[in-house]
Amino acid sequence: MRVSNLCKAMSIGLISVMIGFSSVQAQDVIKVGMSAAKTGPLSGGTAVTQWPNLKLWEHTVNAKGGIKVGDKRMPVKIFEYDDRSHPTDAVKNIQRMINKDKVDFVVAPYGTGINLAVAPILAKYGYPHIAVSSITDKGDEFTKRWPNMFLTLGTSTGFAESVADVLKKMRDQGKIGNKVAVVNVADAFGIELAHVGKPALEKAGFEIVYETSYPLGTQDLAPVINGAKNAKPDAFVAFSYPPDTFALTEQAKISNLEVKAFYVGVATCFPAFEKRFGSAAQGIFGAGGINPDTPEMKAYFKSHLEVTGVAADYWASATTYASLQVLEQAIERAGTIDHPQVIKTIKNGTFDTVMGKITFDGNINRKFWTMGQWQDGVFYGVASTGLDGEKEPIIKTGWK
Amino acid sequence: MEIIITGILLGGAYALIAVGLTIQYGVARIMNLATGETLVASCFCTFWMFNSLKINPILGIFLIAPAAFILNWAIYSLLLLPLVRRAKNKAMLEVDSILATFGILFLLEGLMLVGFGGEYFSYSFLSTSYTIAGTAYGLNRIVAFLAAVLITGTLYVFLTHTRYGTSVRAVAVDPAAAGLVAINVDRVSAFAFALGGVVTAAGGTLLSTFYTFNASMGVVFTMKALIIVIMGGVGDVRGAVIAALILGIAETATATLIDPGLTIAATYFLFILILLFRPQGLFGRQTT
Repeated sequence: MRVSNLCKAMSIGLISVMIGFSSVQAQDVIKVGMSAAKTGPLSGGTAVTQWPNLKLWEHTVNAKGGIKVGDKRMPVKIFEYDDRSHPTDAVKNIQRMINKDKVDFVVAPYGTGINLAVAPILAKYGYPHIAVSSITDKGDEFTKRWPNMFLTLGTSTGFAESVADVLKKMRDQGKIGNKVAVVNVADAFGIELAHVGKPALEKAGFEIVYETSYPLGTQDLAPVINGAKNAKPDAFVAFSYPPDTFALTEQAKISNLEVKAFYVGVATCFPAFEKRFGSAAQGIFGAGGINPDTPEMKAYFKSHLEVTGVAADYWASATTYASLQVLEQAIERAGTIDHPQVIKTIKNGTFDTVMGKITFDGNINRKFWTMGQWQDGVFYGVASTGLDGEKEPIIKTGWK
Repeated sequence: MEIIITGILLGGAYALIAVGLTIQYGVARIMNLATGETLVASCFCTFWMFNSLKINPILGIFLIAPAAFILNWAIYSLLLLPLVRRAKNKAMLEVDSILATFGILFLLEGLMLVGFGGEYFSYSFLSTSYTIAGTAYGLNRIVAFLAAVLITGTLYVFLTHTRYGTSVRAVAVDPAAAGLVAINVDRVSAFAFALGGVVTAAGGTLLSTFYTFNASMGVVFTMKALIIVIMGGVGDVRGAVIAALILGIAETATATLIDPGLTIAATYFLFILILLFRPQGLFGRQTT
């Protein structure tokens, strides 16, 4: 009896020492969790835009000794989870990170739908949720519902209307004609952009000579390009997703689609796009963009390549990194990892990031790049909602 | 004309996706759910050889094919043969092989993710235009189609006009009876499984010249292959080829004449028609 009591006492003592020890340890690092796609349909974009930036941020922060909280530096410890491109898995992962790993902060997942799926749970636990790869027109509604949520990358309307604006500008300069072919992938982003883009083009006085949509994942797009070609458009606009962005471009090159403006959607800004099409990429428009000429951006591209071994894309990569910088600076300014205070700091502050200064107006970053163009091997932002450094668009001259 | 040529080229690509599976399922009786992953793995090998070693993808087939043969033979003899041995009947083997190849699917996908990450990959090879009757077609698609004709033609001749091919067909018809006439059923099955793997891998190599792929895309190809195999009749190379061509032309015609949004609907409409009126597939044997 006595022995077992002693054992009990000892083990209780040991456990309490261990608990005490681990809680001391937990205060030395900031645990940051991220759940995003490593497999499934979204993994292609996530691998380019999201995962490398988390790695780069971890590297950069820890090289400095960590994030400065009050008067001590706390290194970050990363927890990674694969959501398999499924919203349900994303929710489960985030619950696990919060309850089991006891992470201090959660990095937003990749994808509009998945960000919306995890928003309620992050709101319930009061974690700041700085969404990047989440493009929606209902931002104001969402940030009202979930006051911990922030949106950074832009709105569907912003992207779609920009296409009409840039084409109108080129038409008014006499560079292109009045006929446009518009196609879209029949999935959330493509449908939403086409829904806004077509009326915007018509309002700008363009004649839509060919329009259609195709199912998600289609890579055999000869009928679409040939259909467009037969309508003899002056500009071709496709609100497309990664595999079809490549397939449309390849088919347009093969069919020699003679347009003066060629726009394809997501992934046009990927380094792999330029790598595949080389000089044929010259003059191709795409969604997103950055100003690659600022010193911050040049430094960012350099360290991205050095630390992660892959090149950053010319759109959401930098914004993803900027979102992590916002979180880091907000923690430092608040001087604590207390969520309400960090959220309050993000709401009211101005942050110096690789994208330049970022401020949130009603939890939304209202200044973003909407359209870019490949010019001499670099994807330059040509249109934005009020940012500096917009490059003058050029016309597309052939596919050589 | 344009529709027919585009459709036939697409059909050739579909045939490359499906013929390997129809041999594996028809002869070795393994419903290989990892067939799409085999194809994508071959895409990655080709990509890697093309980018790092500057090996022409067409020549690459001759390197990838033997490797695929050995690998698939090993998969069959080490992982699947025990299942064949313990299976009491065809249904049991089907369930077991589906579960086992489902596992292989995740293993292959995981390996590709570790090796290459989740990004999209593509490269430019023969992506120039070739004009037939006034319309331009991708040269890489034409080459893939010609290779598909060559591969399926060779397979057909092999299966119908050689002694070993005949024993392969015998196993496909009835493994027990084939054993009675001194055919080494295990070996023929392993051979057929490996051969199917080779065809799928060759298909992957050819498709990688014009498709954009990533480690998670195998399932897309597996779905397509399953539809074609079931439409064509399980285990029949002719059936798979004809089903692939029908699908290719039907999809292209739908996309051109009606709406590109309806291609998937057209595929499944044809699929349902076949299932309703010829459930054993175009060339399938009536089950007793």
